[in-house]
Amino acid sequence: MDIKIDFEHKQSAHCENGVVSNLLKFYGIELSEPMIFGIGSGLFFSHMPFLKVGGIPVTSFRPLPGIIFKRISKRLGITFEKHKYRQPAKAMKALDANLKENIPTGMLVGVYHLTYFPDPYRFHFNAHNIVVYGKQENNYLISDPIMAGDESLTYDELLRVRYAKGTFAPKGHMYWVKNIPEKLDVEGAVVKGIQHVCKHMLTIPVPMFGVKGIRFLAKKLRKYPEKLGARKAASYTGQIVRAQEEIGTGGAGFRFMYGAFLQEAAGLLNKPRLRELSFDISEIGDKWRAFAVITGRIVKNRNKADESYDKAADLLLEIADLEEAFFKNLQESVK
Amino acid sequence: MKTKDVPQDDANMMQGKWRDPIYTLDENGNYVTSYSLGWDTKNAVMLHAWEEIHDRMEAVRQKVLSGELSPLAYYLEKNIMDVGLLAKYVGKWKWTVKKHLKPRYFNKLPDEMLEKYAREFKLTIEELTDIERIKNDNQ
Repeated sequence: MDIKIDFEHKQSAHCENGVVSNLLKFYGIELSEPMIFGIGSGLFFSHMPFLKVGGIPVTSFRPLPGIIFKRISKRLGITFEKHKYRQPAKAMKALDANLKENIPTGMLVGVYHLTYFPDPYRFHFNAHNIVVYGKQENNYLISDPIMAGDESLTYDELLRVRYAKGTFAPKGHMYWVKNIPEKLDVEGAVVKGIQHVCKHMLTIPVPMFGVKGIRFLAKKLRKYPEKLGARKAASYTGQIVRAQEEIGTGGAGFRFMYGAFLQEAAGLLNKPRLRELSFDISEIGDKWRAFAVITGRIVKNRNKADESYDKAADLLLEIADLEEAFFKNLQESVK
Repeated sequence: MKTKDVPQDDANMMQGKWRDPIYTLDENGNYVTSYSLGWDTKNAVMLHAWEEIHDRMEAVRQKVLSGELSPLAYYLEKNIMDVGLLAKYVGKWKWTVKKHLKPRYFNKLPDEMLEKYAREFKLTIEELTDIERIKNDNQ
């Protein structure tokens, strides 16, 4: 088999945005990564002390994997064909059939066995998105949105990552663009995306989510050293800063991306107010970076618990206030 | 973040595969895509996570060498897995895999089962059961 679809690979900061953006571009729709992120309401915050991974409570700066996808599809009226396969061989056959029909195909894979991934990033994370756009002999041509350049995987390597096990096991899941409406209401989708993010950051009536979640985490974090002891407190803190900076670019990076979205939206909707707000969210992102510096120091000096925890918690409260004001202003601006 | 503040603290974490895209503000207040080779804070936290993994591996290595645990326990840590995840990969119950972490059960495993484990760790059966190999493994 020798197929190479004329697919343009573009690197992105977050895999889900990147795959959607690249797939749509193939069909002639130019939406930047920040646009996809904004329309898909990719910004979120949650701290769930009862949900633990490796014994450590989960803090997350994003909605669940796949949600951006769903919202893009709903808000722009674009339909995707989606399939899971119980038998790996069938999943690979279905992929080959797609390639023969010139369909670039997105899929979920586990990161740990991705041979081209740099070692320091190889954890058992299963909700990574890639696009396969060709097959030459036994090699599949891969557009991985995190990578700067093109990659490839052998049949066995691709099969292995498509059937990674554990949380969010991909089970051979693949998807492709099925139908795009003749006229896209991008403006309407942008407004909906903004309204949705504001609602989720401001009004979910449980303390774990949105701005309330940030305050909730501040309260917990302050008590970590006394409750858990220095070493465990540092491990718990480490998860927060890793979720923020390492996994899918998280906290600060997402704020910056949202700023880029608002600036683009300001032009599209002719609302200069959104451009002003795009500067505010960039500053909030800087505060998250400052938070990462403090918590990073806590992780480094993990054997002694000092006043850094109070400082970190205070900064979180400040961030929560800033974000509350920001999302209220944003909500007001698209009313 | 301002474009001029983009950190370039390269600790070779991306091994040349990419630079992190960051949406930054240029001097005219326009968002542009900047690329970062790394940031000290992030590098330190990632390295720390790996240090913890290596600490655990070292502790388990000693236990394997003293005969308290089977080689399976070592490769489990080395592949950053837990018993539940490995059980899913080899299609066994969690408690079955747990049992195999003990030398007295592991040493009696049929080749068929050893083969399953070896395949997951990309080893041969000989490599999987070779304790000398673990002794000399410099992670």
